[in-house]
Amino acid sequence: MASLKDLRNRIASVKATQKITKAMQMVAAAKLRRAELAAAAARPYAERMERVLANLASSMRDAPGAPQLLAGTGEDRRHLLVVMTADRGLAGGFNASIARLARDEARRLIAEGKEVRFLCVGRKGADILRRQFPGKIDDVISLREVKTLGYSTANEIGERIIREYQDGGFDVATLFFSKFRSVVSQIPTAQQVIPAQIPEATGEDQLNGAIYEYEPSEEEILEVLLPKNVSIQIFKGLLENAASEQGARMSAMDNATRNAGEMIKKLSLQYNRTRQAQITKELIEIISGAEAL
Amino acid sequence: MDTFPFELVSPEKLLISEDVEHVVVPGMEGEFGVLAHHAPLMSTLKPGVVKVYKTDGGEPRRLFVRGGFADVNPRGLTILADEAIPMEELDAAKLDLAIRDAEEDVADAVDDARRVRAQAQLDQLRELRGSLF
Repeated sequence: MASLKDLRNRIASVKATQKITKAMQMVAAAKLRRAELAAAAARPYAERMERVLANLASSMRDAPGAPQLLAGTGEDRRHLLVVMTADRGLAGGFNASIARLARDEARRLIAEGKEVRFLCVGRKGADILRRQFPGKIDDVISLREVKTLGYSTANEIGERIIREYQDGGFDVATLFFSKFRSVVSQIPTAQQVIPAQIPEATGEDQLNGAIYEYEPSEEEILEVLLPKNVSIQIFKGLLENAASEQGARMSAMDNATRNAGEMIKKLSLQYNRTRQAQITKELIEIISGAEAL
Repeated sequence: MDTFPFELVSPEKLLISEDVEHVVVPGMEGEFGVLAHHAPLMSTLKPGVVKVYKTDGGEPRRLFVRGGFADVNPRGLTILADEAIPMEELDAAKLDLAIRDAEEDVADAVDDARRVRAQAQLDQLRELRGSLF
């Protein structure tokens, strides 16, 4: 049986933990709102970009001399998995579920005899994957120092991936991140960015027979657009991820706060019982002592 | 006069989405004006100023853009800008920052085509800096 002092200490420590989880939950809630707004603000650009690309690419895809970023290298052997996670933990299953998706994909590719490399954005994913795929992690990009996630950050990552692609480092690049649905639901997602996956132009975009004029030329525009598309997809992924991370952390910390509350209740009950038992015992001792006289 | 839907978006946000009568766009091969019923056109942009006339002949809204694309189709004009700053908020310091970025791009360029493109950007930014301040 735990002594009264032990119980008192435990209650105090659980209370302190509860205060921390409560504070983390509120911080996550505030950050979530901001992250959600940022993700929503970035959506129009990505959508318009997709539409423009769809218009442009449908005519170019099968043309000889189509840019590599669109047509691919003609091979499907070496894969680069860009795994985007958070730099911090304590966000429920957020990091683990992205890493799991990437791991399953990597195992599948390896089983097919393909070569797999990882580029991790965010330390947590790297920590998990390093254990399972030692030596396959090219680099880890930490976003710890980044205060507000801007397009320039995504652009840097995008340019780096494209440079590697043009140097012949890999054939296919896939992004892994978590799509934000709601506070309780984030969906780990894989998205291929190189070669570009472009949806077919929808009927709405048909020009009624009119022909686009291109300035300077179709090829040159595509040449600039495609790398931009990679950066934009990364930017979108990072923003979705940021919102998902805060959402996941918020619900995880909400749970933790509730659990701590239950624990405090249970411990207090035990503490009070023990205290009463002790008082009763002392009384009995006094009374029986008095009777003996 | 007819109006058409105009949108100006940067990766970070949607800056303008409204019906306008006339927009002047700094295209890579020269400025061009867009009115309603313009023929479909897609053009890259050079760093410069987009002028938005809500009513033709009125006072334009001016925004600095740092390259990107313009897409004119029957549904209107969409400008995808790499960066867009309303002229009122633009100052020499912001332009200098853009110029420094462009200088880095020139230094980092991996092949000649890219270097030429980056150099052109840089020159245009410098010209703009000279003409504005």
